[in-house]
Amino acid sequence: MSSREKILAAVKQNQPPLSPLPDISMFNVVEVDIASKYTDTFTGIGGQVFAVTQLDTIKEIVPEHFDTSKRIVTTIAELNDIAELISANVDPHGFEDVELAIIEARLGVAENGAVWLTESVMGQRIIPYICQHLAVVVYEDSLVSTMHDAYAKIATEDYGFGGFIGGPSKTADIEQALVLGAHGPLSMTIFLVK
Amino acid sequence: MRVALFIPCYVNQLYPSAAIATLELLQKLAVDVSYPAKQTCCGQPMANSGFEHMAQSCNDLFIENFSGYDYIVAPSASCVLHIKDHLHSHADEDAATEIRGRIYELVEFLTDVLKIEKLDARFPHKVGMHQSCHGLRGLHLAQMSELVAADFSKPQHLLNMVEGIEMVTLDRKDECCGFGGLFCIAEEAVSVKMGKDRITDHTKNGAEYITSPDLSCLMHMEGILQRNKSNVKIIHIAEILNSSVTQI
Amino acid sequence: MKSTADHATLAEKFNRDEERVDWHDGALWWIRQKRDRSANLTPQWEELREAASAIKSNVISNLHDYLVQFEENLTKNGVKVYWASDAEEHNQIVYSILKAKEITQMVKSKSMLTEECGLNEYLHERGIDVINSDLGEYIQQIDNEPPSHIVLPCIHKKKEEIGELFHEHLGTEKGLSDPTLLTRVARKHLRNVFLTRRAALTGVNFAVAETGEYVVCTNEGNADMGAHLSEVQIASMGLEKLIPERKHLGVFLRLLARSAIGQPITIYSSHFKKPRPGQEMHLILVDKGRSTLLARPDFRDSLKCIKCGGCMNTCPVYRKSGGLSYHNTISGPIGAILAPNLDMQQHADLPFASTLCGSCSNVCPVKIPIHDQLYKWRQVIVKEGYVANRKTFSMKAMSLTFASPDIYRTAGLTGRWILNYAPFAVNNKFNPWYKQRDMPESPKQSFGEWYKKNVKENNKDA
Repeated sequence: MSSREKILAAVKQNQPPLSPLPDISMFNVVEVDIASKYTDTFTGIGGQVFAVTQLDTIKEIVPEHFDTSKRIVTTIAELNDIAELISANVDPHGFEDVELAIIEARLGVAENGAVWLTESVMGQRIIPYICQHLAVVVYEDSLVSTMHDAYAKIATEDYGFGGFIGGPSKTADIEQALVLGAHGPLSMTIFLVK
Repeated sequence: MRVALFIPCYVNQLYPSAAIATLELLQKLAVDVSYPAKQTCCGQPMANSGFEHMAQSCNDLFIENFSGYDYIVAPSASCVLHIKDHLHSHADEDAATEIRGRIYELVEFLTDVLKIEKLDARFPHKVGMHQSCHGLRGLHLAQMSELVAADFSKPQHLLNMVEGIEMVTLDRKDECCGFGGLFCIAEEAVSVKMGKDRITDHTKNGAEYITSPDLSCLMHMEGILQRNKSNVKIIHIAEILNSSVTQI
Repeated sequence: MKSTADHATLAEKFNRDEERVDWHDGALWWIRQKRDRSANLTPQWEELREAASAIKSNVISNLHDYLVQFEENLTKNGVKVYWASDAEEHNQIVYSILKAKEITQMVKSKSMLTEECGLNEYLHERGIDVINSDLGEYIQQIDNEPPSHIVLPCIHKKKEEIGELFHEHLGTEKGLSDPTLLTRVARKHLRNVFLTRRAALTGVNFAVAETGEYVVCTNEGNADMGAHLSEVQIASMGLEKLIPERKHLGVFLRLLARSAIGQPITIYSSHFKKPRPGQEMHLILVDKGRSTLLARPDFRDSLKCIKCGGCMNTCPVYRKSGGLSYHNTISGPIGAILAPNLDMQQHADLPFASTLCGSCSNVCPVKIPIHDQLYKWRQVIVKEGYVANRKTFSMKAMSLTFASPDIYRTAGLTGRWILNYAPFAVNNKFNPWYKQRDMPESPKQSFGEWYKKNVKENNKDA
């Protein structure tokens, strides 16, 4: 008997009688001002938020806050005059020197500040992790209150890879001292578009 | 209402004053209370050490002693919890079930059964409250700091009726003292360290007395206090609640 | 990694440096407080715990079907699936995957399962070099020590000690101990590791039967750096990591980081579903005692654990004894209930390394009755003969005393017998009670004696 058969047989024999799944529809939080809740949460975890009304404003903010002499990449066509468009077909190792990546989120979650990204908006899976600084465009109407709402929106969508990102990479492994920029981005910026 | 007084083994032998205070307090509150003379122990020392199976004759004796009363009251949260959770009998499980439902720790008996709202007691001292883990998390005598739930405290409710008492605020309001039954011997180093740290929390916040519904915790802390020649004393909550009657 | 000393002995050693104990206790208590604040800010927190526990009950009761469904979906998604009964088989599978691609170096993100399996040592013996990329695990690896905490692997180490390790292994300046500067050095060093490794292994936090995806949670981003740069991605998971549907992730991701470190969500919650073009994805389902645990009704709920480490942070015994004193990959209260299932003899001491205070069960996001299980493991361990005979003898004597009112009374009369052989007052020259505590004073008479004298008229039983 293979290990697969052995394990499945043991599990079948040893598992207790069926216990029903609970109803999780009661987890409902309605935010009055979801944009400010999101902004407060995200700022609280060490990120920065810029409220903008149009994508063009981002082009003004970027040079003020990032080193534009270094490599900036994006998946947003409107930003192609300040950043290089990410190719999906090149070796991911080639993005090692990216200073800033600007990508668009599918949604943002007010309770924890996280944004949901799938590989279609990342350009390549490695992008939001390998860049030194990450900037994410979040549309206000894509904000949801909780993770339950987030998954209700994601529903049964098919993707190869998707991820929530809730701030700059961090560690507190050395004496619980918070250090931003463990392996991933040193900072994370949200452009919250009205 | 007929009430049987259960005085756990170590209280009987080492802290009779707490037992006397319990008895007097109940009598003062017009409770018909008696003390079944053949009682011994709840069986916890064996069971917590993994020898629950050896506690059967002890359990049967407990059932024999305490059957037929409306309530059984004991000044020890830990022993009461043990009976509530673990008293069983091969011979008469119905009687065991009956007792599990009728046994009360003193504080909860006063607040939940007698529902007393005032006490003629006076204790003009600074007191720190040690929540015994079995009283707190086992019998729910107070709200547990881990839970997101409304605050309450049955012992505090009673102590609020005592004239002149001043409660101190602790940094960690419901941390374990490290007694833990056999643990205090088997894990001596950690046990003592936990006890020392609990005591420090009380003393640095100005307590003259440390009180609790559990003498086992207090006995452990008293051992450390006395070794370190501290002036801080331990006192069972019954002795504070009964303080106008018995002079301390 | 295996140790012959028991928890009490190792904890006593840890306690010889009281200042360090205070520091360790304070660091973990601070995390417990962050957890409390975070829980209090989350509406319906207790209901969330209840829901998580119920979902996991369902998983445990329907594990067979979920495993089959998960495997089917993984295969559909282009992920290769393996089944391993034990550590040896798991390690063999990893080795064969790497060997087929002639890979000799691998980067690994945090995985307690592979720690338990001794994967690094196994591969090292076969010429394959593994680097742990979680900063805390990396530090433990270069110090040749197992993690002391499942979420905070080097919480027991001081920054000066870490500085010394970095000086020795990474060539930093002697005396450098600033956490930010040390982290920057590790970032640079490990970035090079990520960029040069063809294979990456991750653990799994949650695996969704419905979709065949699995979720890996980190704060550092190390799992993603490894996985997205690799040509071979391997995931190792225990059978119990399954959850039924994607929407259930909402419940668990809300609880995990809040319970672990008081953070609203881990920085990275990565959902791996299909390999990227040109990449291979492999997933190993590991039993290693899980199916046996399933057969123990009193203990099977421990399979609900989502490895948040909350029980360790709140446990006063853990805080004051250090994770390494548990001599097991998973330390603290949860380790003490998981370990005896795997090797009762080696871990017979762990369920006794607790005061049964119950704080662990209250913080547990999936409501495992941890302290009840500790109590129940004690009964099993004693019955199966894993305690010293001396203890059995004194327990027999005690049970005899308590079973007989006459012996009890006589024993009491002859000088407060309880001081002589109750567990908390063993009277001999090695008496551990007396080492740092005075004995209780022996009163002139017991309450029973007093009662007989003073209240005799009311005492119908006398």
